Amino acid sequence: MTAPFDLSDDSVVVVIGTGAGGGVLSNELAQKGVKVVALEAGGRHLPQDFINDEWDSFGQLAWLDPRTTSGDWRVSKDFSGLPAWIVKSVGGTTQHWAGASLRFQEHEWKAASSYGNVQGASLLDWPIDAAEMDPWYSKAEDKLHVTRTGGRPGLPGNNNFKVFEAGAKALGYKDVHTGRMAISSSDDTDRTMCQQTGFCFQGCKWGAKWSAGYHDIEQGEATGNLEVRPQSHVARILHNDEGKVTGVEYFDADGNLQMQKARVVCVAGNSFESPRLLLNSASSMFPDGLANSSGQVGRNYMRHMTGSVYAVFDKPVRFWRGTTMAGIITDEARHDPSRGFVGGYELETLALGLPFMAAFLDPGAWGREFTSALDEYENMAGMWIVGEDMPQETNRVTLNHEVKDQYGLPVVNVHFDDHPNDIAMRNHAYKQGAAVYDAVGATRTFPTPPYPSTHNLGTNRMSENARDGVVNKWGRTHDIPNLYISDGSVFTTGAAENPTLTIVALAIRQADHLASELSAGNL
Amino acid sequence: MSKTQSPRGLTRRELLSQTTALGASFVVGAGFIASGDAAWAMETTSLKPETFATLVQLARDIYPHDKVGDEYYVVAVKGYDTADAAPGIEAGIAALNAAAQGMGNASYLDTAWERDRVDILRGMENSAFFQQIRGGLVTGLYNQKAVWPIFGYEGSSFEFGGYIDRGFNDINWL
Ligand SMILES: Cc1cc2nc3c(=O)[nH]c(=O)nc-3n(C[C@H](O)[C@H](O)[C@H](O)COP(=O)(O)OP(=O)(O)OC[C@H]3O[C@@H](n4cnc5c(N)ncnc54)[C@H](O)[C@@H]3O)c2cc1C
Ligand code: SF4
Repeated sequence: MTAPFDLSDDSVVVVIGTGAGGGVLSNELAQKGVKVVALEAGGRHLPQDFINDEWDSFGQLAWLDPRTTSGDWRVSKDFSGLPAWIVKSVGGTTQHWAGASLRFQEHEWKAASSYGNVQGASLLDWPIDAAEMDPWYSKAEDKLHVTRTGGRPGLPGNNNFKVFEAGAKALGYKDVHTGRMAISSSDDTDRTMCQQTGFCFQGCKWGAKWSAGYHDIEQGEATGNLEVRPQSHVARILHNDEGKVTGVEYFDADGNLQMQKARVVCVAGNSFESPRLLLNSASSMFPDGLANSSGQVGRNYMRHMTGSVYAVFDKPVRFWRGTTMAGIITDEARHDPSRGFVGGYELETLALGLPFMAAFLDPGAWGREFTSALDEYENMAGMWIVGEDMPQETNRVTLNHEVKDQYGLPVVNVHFDDHPNDIAMRNHAYKQGAAVYDAVGATRTFPTPPYPSTHNLGTNRMSENARDGVVNKWGRTHDIPNLYISDGSVFTTGAAENPTLTIVALAIRQADHLASELSAGNL
Repeated sequence: MSKTQSPRGLTRRELLSQTTALGASFVVGAGFIASGDAAWAMETTSLKPETFATLVQLARDIYPHDKVGDEYYVVAVKGYDTADAAPGIEAGIAALNAAAQGMGNASYLDTAWERDRVDILRGMENSAFFQQIRGGLVTGLYNQKAVWPIFGYEGSSFEFGGYIDRGFNDINWL
């Protein structure tokens, strides 16, 4: 029972993007009786449509509209037109995320206070803290069915995990387990239990893993309060003379320009498209783009300090079998400057199929050093490194007026330079990751460079003061009272943890705030 | 998509007797090319057969896997045998042969040791031609489903019920 709303209905909340932020927000608002039109650039892909094949799935789900890159990060050299590996589909990147669902540590909400002055970093404390977030995290964990929370059992360990765990223990690490995963680990719920298929990055064909696309969106539509319009690419946010937003212009599935009126607009297009939309909506009243009086729109782009460590053994591992990322060591997540950097990192199991391994193990490499590694594919184990990176004002998403997308709109350029703290942390993590595998007899290890970004954060950051950021503690823009940001771009700092549980918790909290503001007549 | 079979009527003995040796490959008459052991054979339409044979060797030298037969490298580069792509490939292979001659060899295929061929490639690895061939191979070679079993990779698993009952945790040597 999907609700059809009129283009001229100015009582609706328009949500742009239906990923972790926008998909959850749309459902939560609909559950509270708020009328929502969700505009999503991608199409609808349900579990039965997903493909157990890396490149075919990439073609089906990935955001492939043009983008450009600059800066000293290696992605800019290896994948210059693909700064991020994210999704264009109803459900956004939650369609093929791995499901690792971790809370921030308490000190990470206050990074500036915790780490002190770090040269070149634009650190800032979040205007919210761990205590305030605790109940929202609990709601998010229940929504996502996160394992090892709310009494839910952990997932069983696969071959890749067993190697990882044995190495971690041999090395003296204490906190290693199969992770807190948004993947069903028992048959007691309405979600199918994980069948260890091993294609979590291609979309879970069992629906065992949570996705906004087939969980929240369907629940929201069932209320009759939510209309999702797929293949609807928002081009511009419109405003009136009072400086309030009034609606959006978007290209529909046939490429025709439409105008949807709105009472409130919530932007949730991921950390490249959200600032792009604000900048592309510049007007004579807001010449630098919407909500940009601080000049912070697009700045402080964060992607997490990442990298991978793969290892070869003299016997088979077959690490592609089973859940892609159900394994974690959290011992290095603490803040301990004696290691030579501030903040911390997590080590998480990771496997790629042969086609992606060939593309990502050492991009650009050739010859026997490279191929002798792939020859041992069956004997490989692997882990991913994810740690807190330093926000920098100059790491930045800007409009590239030289390059236009299929609608004639300027695309984004993504500029990123590693901070010395990121490099020190990555080198530490490479060493520790290799040591884990060496402890169980690895014959060769590979410190693999970062892939195109999967975690994209910070380009519309949250701040106490309007001069320091783009949105306040509710995700409401400092400049425009009925314009909200609802995705990972609001992150003030990145913390060491995978971001999605926090994006979801913030979206649930924002829905609560919006519903009460709406009923109080403040919007 | 996959290799073409030897044309009807041509026996392996005839094939070998009519051919000119070209590294591990043989050119048989106009446009027809086959491997020494007849594991694969194809007719080129736009590229000179010598050029194609060199391209196959180049592909193997970029991503050498001793357990992967030539037929997979053939499939990986077959797409360059078109009217559009051929001029660029002919020019690239000509440059490769010129580099080989500069090192005292008759041609790239006549450069007998892999290490010497790799030396030639190191000298041109930043060229657009080399990068085109290398980049194309990343998917052209490793995304061939027929290649996966050689590496042990099992591919799609949903239709078999995942690995929950098929060894997701069967490691026994730790
Ligand atoms: C391979 C992979 C694995 C991951 N694993 C994990 C993990 O284990 N744990 C974790 O926490 N995170 C993980 N992530 C990250 C996680 O997916 C993202 O952090 C999260 O989905 C971001 O949410 P979002 O709402 O900011 O954006 P998205 O989820 O990307 O949603 C944005 C949506 O907006 C749409 N959109 C953009 N522009 C427009 C426009 N102009 N008009 C209309 N629609 C638009 C997009 O099409 C998209 O659907 C992973 C990501 C990847 C790629
Ligand atoms: S391993 Fe589990 S969660 Fe991942 S795709 Fe398969 S069934 Fe889904």
